[in-house]
Amino acid sequence: MAKEVTELKKGGSFLIEETAKEDVFTPEDLSEEQKMIREMTEQFVEDEVVPQQEQIENKQWDVTRNLLRRCGELGLLGIEVPEEYGGENLDKISSMIVSEKLGRVASFAVTYGGHSGIGTLPIVYFGAEEHKRKYLPLLCKAEKISAYALSEASSGSDALSAKTTAVRSADGSHWILNGEKMWITNAAFADMFVTFAQATQGDQKQFSCFIVEKDYPGVSTGAEEHKMGLKGSSTRTLVLDNARIPIDNVLGEIGKGHHVAFNILNMGRAKLAAGAVGGSKTALNASIAYAKQRVAFGKPISSFGAIKQKLAEMAVRTWITEGMVYRTAGLMDRRLESVDVKDPKQVLKAIEEYAVECSILKVFASEVLDFVVDEAVQIHGGFGYSAEYPVERYYRDSRVNRIFEGTNEINRLLIPGMLLKRASSGQLPLHAAVRSVMDEVMSAGIGNEPSGPFARERSGVKQAQKALLLVAGSAIQRFRDSIRDEQEVLMHISNMVMDVYAMDTAVCRLMKNSGELHADVVSTFMNDAIADIKFSGRQVLAATGDGDTLRIQLSALRRLLRWTPVNTVGARRRIAEHLIDHGVYAL
Amino acid sequence: MKIISCIKPVPDPASRLIINESKTWIKDNDLTFVASEADNYALEEALRLKEKHQGDVAILSMGGDEAARVLRSGLAMGADRAIHLLDPKFKGADEFAAAETLAKAIEKDGGADLVLAGVQSDDLGTGMTGVMLAEFLGYAHATVVIGVEADPAAKTLKVKRELEGGINETVELPFPAVLTIQFGINQPRYASLKGIMAAKKKELKAWSAADLGLSDNLVGKPGAMYEVKEVFVPERKSRVEIITGTAEEAAAKLVEKLRKEAKVI
Ligand SMILES: Cc1cc2nc3c(=O)[nH]c(=O)nc-3n(C[C@H](O)[C@H](O)[C@H](O)COP(=O)(O)OP(=O)(O)OC[C@H]3O[C@@H](n4cnc5c(N)ncnc54)[C@H](O)[C@@H]3O)c2cc1C
Ligand SMILES: Cc1cc2nc3c(=O)[nH]c(=O)nc-3n(C[C@H](O)[C@H](O)[C@H](O)COP(=O)(O)OP(=O)(O)OC[C@H]3O[C@@H](n4cnc5c(N)ncnc54)[C@H](O)[C@@H]3O)c2cc1C
Repeated sequence: MAKEVTELKKGGSFLIEETAKEDVFTPEDLSEEQKMIREMTEQFVEDEVVPQQEQIENKQWDVTRNLLRRCGELGLLGIEVPEEYGGENLDKISSMIVSEKLGRVASFAVTYGGHSGIGTLPIVYFGAEEHKRKYLPLLCKAEKISAYALSEASSGSDALSAKTTAVRSADGSHWILNGEKMWITNAAFADMFVTFAQATQGDQKQFSCFIVEKDYPGVSTGAEEHKMGLKGSSTRTLVLDNARIPIDNVLGEIGKGHHVAFNILNMGRAKLAAGAVGGSKTALNASIAYAKQRVAFGKPISSFGAIKQKLAEMAVRTWITEGMVYRTAGLMDRRLESVDVKDPKQVLKAIEEYAVECSILKVFASEVLDFVVDEAVQIHGGFGYSAEYPVERYYRDSRVNRIFEGTNEINRLLIPGMLLKRASSGQLPLHAAVRSVMDEVMSAGIGNEPSGPFARERSGVKQAQKALLLVAGSAIQRFRDSIRDEQEVLMHISNMVMDVYAMDTAVCRLMKNSGELHADVVSTFMNDAIADIKFSGRQVLAATGDGDTLRIQLSALRRLLRWTPVNTVGARRRIAEHLIDHGVYAL
Repeated sequence: MKIISCIKPVPDPASRLIINESKTWIKDNDLTFVASEADNYALEEALRLKEKHQGDVAILSMGGDEAARVLRSGLAMGADRAIHLLDPKFKGADEFAAAETLAKAIEKDGGADLVLAGVQSDDLGTGMTGVMLAEFLGYAHATVVIGVEADPAAKTLKVKRELEGGINETVELPFPAVLTIQFGINQPRYASLKGIMAAKKKELKAWSAADLGLSDNLVGKPGAMYEVKEVFVPERKSRVEIITGTAEEAAAKLVEKLRKEAKVI
């Protein structure tokens, strides 16, 4: 029975519950307004950004600045800014739609994100009233461009160990900043920088955040980095040489800079994933078109099974990721409905509830994009290796997504870390779920099986959940608190968690919008994901026990994962033929 | 100034078109519809005239759910209100029946100073609806318009029209008038996010044939002056013939063939 009013889903609950399809927002559920936002952004990208891509890649910053201003006119810069400060304050789903559509033009998308995301949102969430009134209306119109300066040469992942210092001036009117921030997106043309430094008094160092305007004395930027990709986005150092920052420009509180730094990340990761979905669709569309017209051995290469297999798998993974992105945004929006959106603390807390899901999205989507652009180059053969074809750029532009917004290693470590924290603080009954799977395994039964529509798929998800709980449970038993130091184990567990979220989302999306082709997509994905889960599970179990214990555990894992392989050759062929027939990603 | 801008919903140009079983039209149940391109230019022109002279811009569309959708997009672009002519009886209209239905709606709305339509639609493209609409309304009209200047005080319009062979002309018309707007007259704006959100709160009313006081024989298929007998994909026929000989001989043979066989000169 469909529940009339469903309760708010807890972050991470997908691991231990059977998800009702009504609780999953899918891309097919977009409202009329959301569809219009999608069309508008798509049209803007097509008509105004794509034709100027060469100038953008050649670092003609005036072109980029003008396009940001156009984004301002269309309202794209203030999606997450309250209306009283010149923004639109829209839902997170709309925010994902815009990021997805901009994902087609990677360099500009990063410029956009550096400004409207990490450059603007710290002021929305942590700014004093005067900061908001002074900066936000200008930022929403791109009359000022912002940047975010956290990383340094010696501290990226370990950002809190930054060396830049901030010392009070003798008269107490200013903070004097000294140091060099590195990798700062938009630095060439930014008017202001949300900058992190250690407020220093004697031996005491307090990590803090400051609004640094470009025109303040002692502020300058270095030379452009020579990057592998994203050549149309500016990346420079921010040099602070006795830079004088007015005392009122502290963002948040002295010593609370990490709040600013960490709270901005969740949405940033989700939007990165949405952009990666847009990038994947773009590379896939280019590949379908190329495969149809390229002739080898007297036939279009799209008629070869090896190429079909690639096109299909690119589409499968893109579809899966797309579902995860919109599901997560939907979860946030549901939760945001029940909080006072005027209170930034409540808004951040609602978003943070899904921090695990955001990390999953970031890792999963960036790796799918890398897979897709790699296959796109392969499908183009030698031409894929030539700058004559856009896939060469897609390939270079994709790579950084696994590095910034928290490297994929850091995020993979965060996923189980955050889940365990939620378990021990009582927010997620993970330990009880582990115990129940252990009991089930010991009793040699196999629990109750889902029945009814999509029983096979739902049962696959359940098997995967249980396998994960069994494996994670035995790792926790073995390592206890020192599991934090077992990074290899945590990485495997993370992979399993990601696959469970992916499968659970895909099955719910299929149940909501069942179609034959979608059934092919889902079973193809599940087939491989369950094999991956088995692989990871075996690695972890072998690292946690040996002898009889290991044998028992392995046989339990085998018993839990009873998925019978499906004919993915046939399924991928059908998916590929659909793509070739339509000429674009049309799933 | 009171302006009414007409919008025809047409299949998205990116769609794959498949002819229906009875071969009288395309299968349109799975298609997405957008505003016919010329109608975007017309609406943009209406919005610019309003920005210059104040007034009210209403948009008008006849069709099913797809018409409601293009109307909502028009509201998001900035139109003040929308009228949806919605009735199963409107189905199968030709230009004549469509024009009469649109005219009745405009009259019911109290008439207008200026009615804009596209020069021709993206799908059928006969270019007749606007002119017939003017005739039904008894308004002045000008076609293929590439520039509009309005003088609301004097109630006159100065309109630039595109003629054949790169020649333009300027004509003056009195209010009320119907103009059919040429492609490229302006650069249509996108709906902004604010516009999209504001569209939800704007008026979108639906009128049926009965609301317009139109009897069944005047609307839809019964009201049409012609019937589509068959829709088909043109057969692709090409024949290549290489004419040999010296340049002079070949030229002579070519002229002969063009005259006698192809009958094109
Ligand atoms: C194009 C581009 C744009 C950028 N834009 C900005 C910006 O606008 N603002 C900004 O502040 N920064 C920006 N960055 C910086 C980016 O966030 C960092 O590069 C990133 O956080 C990684 O830090 P790092 O380069 O110091 O690598 P390191 O932290 O040195 O990492 C090196 C490797 O070690 C791994 N590693 C590190 N710590 C651990 C650990 N504890 N356990 C396991 N593995 C670990 C990492 O995963 C990685 O594989 C940008 C970077 C690039 C390339
Ligand atoms: C086979 C067939 C099936 C049809 N099915 C339907 C149907 O199911 N439902 C239905 O309502 N109509 C239907 N119509 C009518 C059709 O929508 C048009 O109204 C009519 O045919 C206009 O002809 P045209 O495209 O040549 O317009 P043109 O004369 O080329 O169009 C010029 C301009 O007239 C205006 N205009 C034209 N049509 C409309 C309209 N419908 N609403 C608002 N403005 C308009 C637009 O501004 C357009 O740019 C059908 C017509 C045919 C021939």
